[in-house]
Amino acid sequence: MDLENQNRVKALTEEHGAENIVVVFGAAEAESAGLAAETVTAGDPTFAGSLAGVELGLTVYHVVEPEFKAAVDADVYEEQVGMMEMVLEVEEISEEMTNVRNEFCKYL
Amino acid sequence: MNLLENKKVIIIGDRDGVPGQAIEECVKTVSSATVVYSATECFV
Repeated sequence: MDLENQNRVKALTEEHGAENIVVVFGAAEAESAGLAAETVTAGDPTFAGSLAGVELGLTVYHVVEPEFKAAVDADVYEEQVGMMEMVLEVEEISEEMTNVRNEFCKYL
Repeated sequence: MNLLENKKVIIIGDRDGVPGQAIEECVKTVSSATVVYSATECFV
């Protein structure tokens, strides 16, 4: 995750409280989604940004996961995400995100 | 319970996946959820 986004996530978590935040990702691949999710839960795995060594434990979802899809309006979802949902590896992404949630999320 | 209910939502979209703006439109359909940050990353 780029350094500016790490700074913003850290500041917003301090402002609103980690238990009140959900982070939603739109990454194209399971691996990059997993790395980004890990960054805001267990800390920056590359140790480059402000979240290095910071275990925020935030709740994380990818936009193509069934849990997120079920939470929002179906027509708007179809219009905004429908095409990418067909292109992306939904199962692989869901598996990666579930692993990160089970291991590092503190507020499920 | 809706996973977005009464939550502050941070959106990290991806230019090659789903952009932040598209995710934001979806989140806005949950009236009690608030988008506090939305970005679109680019890995090029």
